[in-house]
Amino acid sequence: MSSEPLVQIRDLNFSYDSRAILSGINMVIPRGKIVAIMGLSGCGKTTTLRLVGGQLKPSSGAVRVAGQVVHELDNEGLYAMRRRMGMLFQFGALFTDMSVYDNVAFQMREHTDLPAEMIHDLVLMKLHAVGLRGAHDLMPAELSGGMARRVALARAIALDPLLIMYDEPFAGLDPISLSIVGELIRKLNDALGISSIVVTHDVQESLKIVDYVYFMAGGKIVAEGTAEDIRRSTEPFVHQFVWGEIDGPMNFHYPAAAYGKEMMEQPGKPRRWWA
Amino acid sequence: MTPADLLRQLGHRVTSRLWRLGFASRFLLMTLLYSGTALKRFQLTIREIYFTGVLSLIIILVSGLFVGMVLGLQGYDTLQRYGSSEALGILVALSLVRELGPVVAALLFASRAGSAITAEIGLMKATEQLSAMEMMAVNPIARVVAPRFWAGVISMPLLAALFSAMGVLGGWLVGVQLIGVDEGSFWSQMQAAVDFRQDIMNGVIKSCVFGVLVSWIAVFEGFDADPTAEGVSRATTRTVVTSSLAILAADFVLTAFMFRGI
Repeated sequence: MSSEPLVQIRDLNFSYDSRAILSGINMVIPRGKIVAIMGLSGCGKTTTLRLVGGQLKPSSGAVRVAGQVVHELDNEGLYAMRRRMGMLFQFGALFTDMSVYDNVAFQMREHTDLPAEMIHDLVLMKLHAVGLRGAHDLMPAELSGGMARRVALARAIALDPLLIMYDEPFAGLDPISLSIVGELIRKLNDALGISSIVVTHDVQESLKIVDYVYFMAGGKIVAEGTAEDIRRSTEPFVHQFVWGEIDGPMNFHYPAAAYGKEMMEQPGKPRRWWA
Repeated sequence: MTPADLLRQLGHRVTSRLWRLGFASRFLLMTLLYSGTALKRFQLTIREIYFTGVLSLIIILVSGLFVGMVLGLQGYDTLQRYGSSEALGILVALSLVRELGPVVAALLFASRAGSAITAEIGLMKATEQLSAMEMMAVNPIARVVAPRFWAGVISMPLLAALFSAMGVLGGWLVGVQLIGVDEGSFWSQMQAAVDFRQDIMNGVIKSCVFGVLVSWIAVFEGFDADPTAEGVSRATTRTVVTSSLAILAADFVLTAFMFRGI
C-alpha cells in the first residue's frame, strides 16, 4: 500500500448559483485514519462529503481519491470509484421496502455474481459485526434510530470499501446508541483498515474516536489539529463550539434591526392571511 | 405593477415551463436508455406491476361495471325513443372500447397508481434513499425509475381492456337482465358492429399512449419533487392534475387522427 494519503482536497471552491458555499478548502485524509469535519449546521460539511463522493462538481480545485481526480471521472469511472466507498447517511437512508438482510445484500447482488449462499454468509457476517445478526428479518420501520444507523453501517461496509464517509452518524441518538456507534466506527476502521471521514457536530463523542479534526465555519477551515489540540484550542470559535458556550463569536440572536426601534413600530400585517 | 413587469413575469413562467418540459423529456430518454436492468431482471418490473397494476384491479373493475351500467340505462333511454333499443349492445361496446375504456381507466390509473409512484419516489428522494443508491454505484433511474415506468406501460392496456370488459358486462346486466332488451340482438349487433382493427386496436393504441404518459409524468414528478413533505405532496397533486389533462388532450388528438374517416 502506498503511503500517499487516500483523499486529498486541494483549494476546493464550490458555489451554488452565485452563493459561495466552500472556499479554499485543503484537507488530507491519510490511510487508516479517522478524520472529523466539524462545524455548525450549514457550514458546508455535508457539501464537502458530496464533493468527495462525486455527487457535486467543484467550481474550482480538486478532490483526489486514491490518486484519481473525482470530478474528471466519467460516469463509469465514478461508479467504479464509488464501489470502493461506503457512505452512512444522516438517518441511515435504508431502503424502506427491503428487509435488513436485503439492505445489506443490496450491493452484493447489484455488483457481484456471488452465489446466494455466499451472500447469505457475508450478510450475516456484516450484521454480526454491528451486533444485529438477530435482526436480519426485520423491516427498517421496525428498527430504533440507533439500530437503523448500525444496519446502514453494515450496508456501508458490504463491499469492503477503502473509505467510509459518515454524515452526522450521531444525530438524534440516545447516549448508549451514541457510544455504540462511535465505538463501531473506530473498531471497523481499525479492523478493516479503512479510512473514514466523519462529518459531525457532536464534539465530545467524536473527539473520543477521531485522529484528526478539521473545523469549518462559513465554508472555510478555521482550525485543524488532533483531538487534544482541539480541546486545548484558544481560537474563540473553536473554544465556544467545543465547550458549548452561549457567549462567543457565534451569536445567539439572528441578525435584526435595533430592538428599541422595532418595538416602537406599528404591528405589521401577518405574513400569511390565515395566521 | 407595470406592464413590463407583467410581461416579464409571463415570459418567466413560459420559459420555466419549457425548461421543465425539456428536463422531463431528457429524463424520459434516460429512463429508456437505462431500461436494460428493468427488462433483464424482469422480476423487478413484475414486482412493480403487482403494486401498480394488480392493486388497481378492484377500482378499475368496479368502476368499469358501474360505467357500463350507466351506459345501459342512458343508452336505452335514448335509443328506445327511436325504436332501436336492440342497438344498445353496439352503443355500450363502441363507447367503451373506443373512448371510455382507455380514458376512464387511465384517469383512474393516474389517481390510484400514478400518485402512489410519485409519492414513493418522492419520499425515497426525501429520505436520501436515492442518494444512497447513487453512492452505492447503482443508478436510481435504472433500479427505481425504469421498472416503475415499464410496469405502468405494461399494466395500462390490460387494465383498460378489463375496464371495457366489465363495462360490457354492466351494460348487459342493466340492458338485458333488468330492462329486458333482446339478448340475441344485444350480442349479435355488438359483434357485427365492433371492428377489431378500427375499434379495438385503436382503443389499445390509445391506452398504450396513456400508459406511457401517466407513467412518465408519475416517475418524473416523483424524481423532481422537492425533498420535503410539502414538496412530495405538491408533486403528487401535480401528477394527478397533469396526467389527467394530458390524457384528455392526447385522447382528442388521437381520436381526431383515428376516426376522421367515419
